[in-house]
Amino acid sequence: MLYRENGQFKTSYAADQQIFPIAQDRWAIFGLLVVAFIGVPLLVDEYLLRAILIPFLILSLAALGVNILVGFCGQITLGAGAFMAVGAYAAYNFHIRIEGLPLLVSLLLGGVTAAGVGIFFGIPSLRVRGLYLAVATLAAQFFTDWVFLRVPWFTGHASSGSVSVSNLQIMGWQIDTPVNKYLFCLMFLTVFALLAKNMTRCAVGRQWMAIRDMDVAAEVIGIRPLFAKLSAFAVSSFFVGTAGALWGFIHLASWEPAAFSVDRSFQLLFMVIIGGLGTIMGSFFGAAFIVILPIALNQFLPAFGALFGISISTAGVSHAELILFGGLIIFFLIKEPHGIARLWSTGKEKLRLWPFPH
Amino acid sequence: MSRQSGEIILDLKNVSLSFGGVKALTDISFDVREHEIRAIIGPNGAGKSSMLNVINGVYRPQKGEIILRGQHFSRMNPYKAARAGISRTFQNIALFKGMNVIDNLMTGRNLKIRSNLIQQAFWWGAARREELLHRAKVEEVIDFLEIQHIRKTPVGRLPYGLQKRVDLGRALAMEPSILLLDEPMAGMNVEEKQDMCRFILDVNDQFGTTIVLIEHDMAVVMDISDRVVVLDYGRKIGDGDPDAVRANPEVISAYLGASH
Ligand SMILES: Nc1ncnc2c1ncn2[C@@H]1O[C@H](COP(=O)(O)OP(=O)(O)OP(=O)(O)O)[C@@H](O)[C@H]1O
Ligand SMILES: [Mg+2]
Repeated sequence: MLYRENGQFKTSYAADQQIFPIAQDRWAIFGLLVVAFIGVPLLVDEYLLRAILIPFLILSLAALGVNILVGFCGQITLGAGAFMAVGAYAAYNFHIRIEGLPLLVSLLLGGVTAAGVGIFFGIPSLRVRGLYLAVATLAAQFFTDWVFLRVPWFTGHASSGSVSVSNLQIMGWQIDTPVNKYLFCLMFLTVFALLAKNMTRCAVGRQWMAIRDMDVAAEVIGIRPLFAKLSAFAVSSFFVGTAGALWGFIHLASWEPAAFSVDRSFQLLFMVIIGGLGTIMGSFFGAAFIVILPIALNQFLPAFGALFGISISTAGVSHAELILFGGLIIFFLIKEPHGIARLWSTGKEKLRLWPFPH
Repeated sequence: MSRQSGEIILDLKNVSLSFGGVKALTDISFDVREHEIRAIIGPNGAGKSSMLNVINGVYRPQKGEIILRGQHFSRMNPYKAARAGISRTFQNIALFKGMNVIDNLMTGRNLKIRSNLIQQAFWWGAARREELLHRAKVEEVIDFLEIQHIRKTPVGRLPYGLQKRVDLGRALAMEPSILLLDEPMAGMNVEEKQDMCRFILDVNDQFGTTIVLIEHDMAVVMDISDRVVVLDYGRKIGDGDPDAVRANPEVISAYLGASH
């Protein structure tokens, strides 16, 4: 069947406002969900789950959060790692301090706490923008690094903030095997992606984008920058914080503040730039790209070098990775600010016209 | 023109505005009556745009006050102005470039949204109903402005004339009682100008919207406006119906002075 919207006439605005107005897209997403929920757990081995898929899911969630703030609301942040840390350590505190609190609630409360901290560090955005805001959010990064390293209360008096969780379960369902961890994260991501999509196609999403595109005009039609910006910080930090909690609890199981260093903040920012600013899809592309690239380079670069008689060390590979990231970011910022997601949608647009491009 | 103008709806008293040493407006007073089309004219840099920016609170005048339906504002701000039913278009189009036409117009419905963030996140209850309701309203504006064919186009890709029309659409989506238009026809060809004139007259006529219009094209101004204010170097040099203003010697000399 050709990829067409011909013959799919919308007879109501409700039909036109669906998330995927084209039927083929709906089927594709449905197929993808079936594969993700049923196919992958049956077919994929544990290494792949642990090393690629679980990090991909959690980082996609974090990238979604960063994209809401940077891509949709146009507020730069270099503090995503900090909000992940807040989410992880807050969830940890709820988990150990409140006897019998369900795991799900602890994780979500981690996100909520991150949202609160996000609002606080978002306040400068009402006054400054661009580089200055980047510096203000960077302050969040250094502040939380310091807090979790030096203030024992937040980390249950663990030395240098290293904590661990074990025996995680939800109503008797043990989240211990890689498959279960994968499914757990997948459920989170599916629900959160849906929430993000809904927000971005509703009034609040339009407020964010209006502030991003032309803040004076936004004010003139009655959008309050205060509410728009701080709600973007809150929602973004909630997503990022929840991702942080999952990263700590599910992916790592034991962690220290270094797991959420400034490197992580940059990595998340790279993801949304490469994947596509201001698109939900872009967050997934970016996360996939950044999770897979280092592994792919590790596998192939030495072999590739050997072809030409050059031996490439592990250090060489990780340098190559940085060079490649740097180059790609410059490329995308200059050539295609909407990232891989735009390449994807241009491709789809061509496909819609194919085979008669006129 | 035989339109019925009503009571004074907007009254500016002794407004002065300066930027550092530049006096953009000096002691300006004028009023706007309900349902009328009120033009502001003047040479470049006369302070016309500044005047609109004062009315809807983008600029804070150092002196003077604004009386809107009997209510005094010494400090207007854009949000209050929007709440009070003032909407506007911009001299340099200020659309939301990353959004399509529908979404741009939907932002104009912002003040009428009642559902909260949580309902919107779940596309649930009031949020869902509102999206449908406002979409229907926005489609009315789209039909009115005859831009059905571009409703899904990102505004950045539209030609200039259509962008101007979408800018008007976004202002109309607010269902304003006072509409401020900053050179809505600048840079348009004759046909586009005629369309725009027709839309402005129709808005005024069908919805009873009061219109404050800045325009350089004298023929247009004389043709469609009920009363005209003339500014020059931030001062008011003329005010009255088009014929009176045209005959005003000060106005004639300002325009002759500006033209060479
Ligand atoms: N934000 C601002 N900062 C500094 N000066 C300003 C600002 N806005 C306007 N001015 C100055 O105020 C004066 C009036 O400008 P304004 O834009 O109101 O003129 P105008 O009548 O709209 O002109 P035009 O026909 O060119 O649009 C000009 O001297 C301008 O340089
Ligand atoms: Mg102007």
